Amino acid sequence: MRHVISVLVDNEAGVLSRVSGLFSGRGFNIESLSVAPTLDPKISKMVITTIGDDQVLEQIKKQLNKLVNVIKVADCVGKDYVEREMIMVKVQAKAENRPEVLRIADIFRAKVVDVCAKSYTMELTGAKEKLQAFVELLSPFGIIDFVRTGTVVMEREMQGRRKL
Amino acid sequence: MSKMKGAAALIESLRCEGVKHVFGYPGGAVLDIFDTLYETKDIQFVLVRHEQGAVHAADGYARATGKVGVCLVTSGPGATNTVTGIATACMDSIPIVIFSGQVSTHLIGNDAFQEADTVGITRPCTKHNFLVKDVADLARVIKEAFYIARTGRCGPVLVDLPKDIMKALVSFKYPEEVCLQGYNPTYKGHPGQIKRIVDHILKSRHPVIYAGGGIILSNASEDLITLARMTRIPVTTTLMGLGGFPSGDDLSLGMLGMHGTYVANMAVTETDCLIAIGARFDDRVTGKSEEFAPKAEIIHIDIDPTSISKNVQVDIPVVGDCRMVLLDIIALLKERKKDIGELHKRLDTWHTQIIGWKRDKPLRYHYSASIIKPQYVVEMIDKLTPDDTIIATEVGQNQMWTAQFYKFKKPRLLLTSGGLGTMGYGFPAAIGAQVAFPKRTVIDIAGDGSIQMNIQELATAVQYKLNVKVMILNNRYLGMVRQWQSFFYKKRYSHTSMAVSPDFVKLAQAYGANGMLVDKPSDVRGAIKDALETKGPVFVDFRVDPEEDVYPMVPAGAPIKNMLLV
Repeated sequence: MRHVISVLVDNEAGVLSRVSGLFSGRGFNIESLSVAPTLDPKISKMVITTIGDDQVLEQIKKQLNKLVNVIKVADCVGKDYVEREMIMVKVQAKAENRPEVLRIADIFRAKVVDVCAKSYTMELTGAKEKLQAFVELLSPFGIIDFVRTGTVVMEREMQGRRKL
Repeated sequence: MSKMKGAAALIESLRCEGVKHVFGYPGGAVLDIFDTLYETKDIQFVLVRHEQGAVHAADGYARATGKVGVCLVTSGPGATNTVTGIATACMDSIPIVIFSGQVSTHLIGNDAFQEADTVGITRPCTKHNFLVKDVADLARVIKEAFYIARTGRCGPVLVDLPKDIMKALVSFKYPEEVCLQGYNPTYKGHPGQIKRIVDHILKSRHPVIYAGGGIILSNASEDLITLARMTRIPVTTTLMGLGGFPSGDDLSLGMLGMHGTYVANMAVTETDCLIAIGARFDDRVTGKSEEFAPKAEIIHIDIDPTSISKNVQVDIPVVGDCRMVLLDIIALLKERKKDIGELHKRLDTWHTQIIGWKRDKPLRYHYSASIIKPQYVVEMIDKLTPDDTIIATEVGQNQMWTAQFYKFKKPRLLLTSGGLGTMGYGFPAAIGAQVAFPKRTVIDIAGDGSIQMNIQELATAVQYKLNVKVMILNNRYLGMVRQWQSFFYKKRYSHTSMAVSPDFVKLAQAYGANGMLVDKPSDVRGAIKDALETKGPVFVDFRVDPEEDVYPMVPAGAPIKNMLLV
């Protein structure tokens, strides 16, 4: 099962390798990983997506907590959260395809960030499935380059009121 | 405030931590520290002959005393040589702090002379490690290093010290408190869980306590004895837990697991209530984990949350310090006198069964009058040494025979590499313990293979007039590996013969120590006595039966009730 774990860590040199070393050393998977400082520059937030059963997830959380530089570990199981990822994709766009490519971009609300005679570069933000569908639709035109940021998540606030 | 060099601040910090002994080896990157040590009189530096020896010595010192062991080595090869020692301490949760030199900060990453990414290399085998990049952080980092090493689940912490940081000037102030946002070990067990444990114990029919190294690390031996005696629950210990419960006590089942006693393994297999305290369900203990304690509800008390339900699913977990949790359990039990009375009555049949197992299949070996049996040597060492003798072992058959036939009655008397299984551990560990306790008897029970892995430390023992006695059970084989080859690889003894070994007597003499050769069973007792009475380090080369095996044995991966017995 896929899990998203968010981890608050000290923003120090070497902390990323402590975390990634823990995953590789203990045979846990990392599907994606994103790291950046929080509003407090001394603290960074890592969002890790991983695959494993409940027992593995339990060990991952405990092992992460055991690291001295890890301040807080939270997983998103059973919580309502917003999940986003950004991709940039450079797609071939010959004269005859240009309107179709733009139409797909429009449907997905992707933004064209660079354009030239033979290609468009587009950015798109969304959940994993949406990005997947977008890339699949563009594939037939020929994808020249592709990059993705890895998942970030945020828990939804005030769940109680929304239920009303 | 007047300023001092980083090197002086380091020594001052060690004073603040109450450090009396440092084991280590000098080198280019740590010249400033050694220059400060030159005029330091209140901290004794012990010069080993190989950095691995320094870490094992600090580790042995820590196990024997309960204090944090300290070692100091240079950059590059000095630091990489410590890795085996650090991993050994990490697996067995031993509190040590390792100071390693590093090239100057502006050279880091340049492949400078004697540069190694020490923090990178030691990251997976330390509890935590630090690279000090600013001399202003030095005192805080050292304070944190000692704090992390000795609190929670103990472990080794490395501090990497670049040369320019040791030269830089700083106004020294040792912090009084540690502030680590991400590090808050749990000591006090959850009261609800503790109550569940007590209820569970009181309604059990065939309870067993399975005690590990956590009993010794948390100084909970007395409390374990109290709990066992008040409930009459029998106790088996792991290798790391030996001495945590007195061997020979009526309630003692001895060690469990691959080379454990028949009674311990059978009791665990039949128990309906297994109380694991400071143990981590290692594969050498559980055998086939799915069939470990198959009838039991398992209670697990451990300070490390990651140990719980890692290898075996646990029914009632409690995270906390073994001693504090035991005290809480004992306090609750004291209020339940009537239930305890009933428990005692109920346990009568269980005790009858246990006595039967003990009587039917005791630990034994076939004595021979013509060839020395290694178990006999260990038995004689047990008989002839005082109760507070510290025994170190190497790894392999010598270690298992010591665990089986030396009767450990108190904690902190056995120094052995349990988790990592490091050959070459015992001799330097014994040296470390002897430095801590110059007047006590310290013995390394070794094999002819293991002793050669750190034999250079004989020079250290001679230099510091340490009385360590090394009893070599010399079977001319890497005995444990040979035993496996014998059982599971059709006796194809691939590269396990130690046919060529030095003359240990002459070797000891070459170092300025004493050596003895013993090849007759009738001489064993006298030789041990002589060795104990001789001043300074002694090597005793016991020529033992080359193909003696360790029994009982559970084949790897089998359930622990499937024991091969003699």
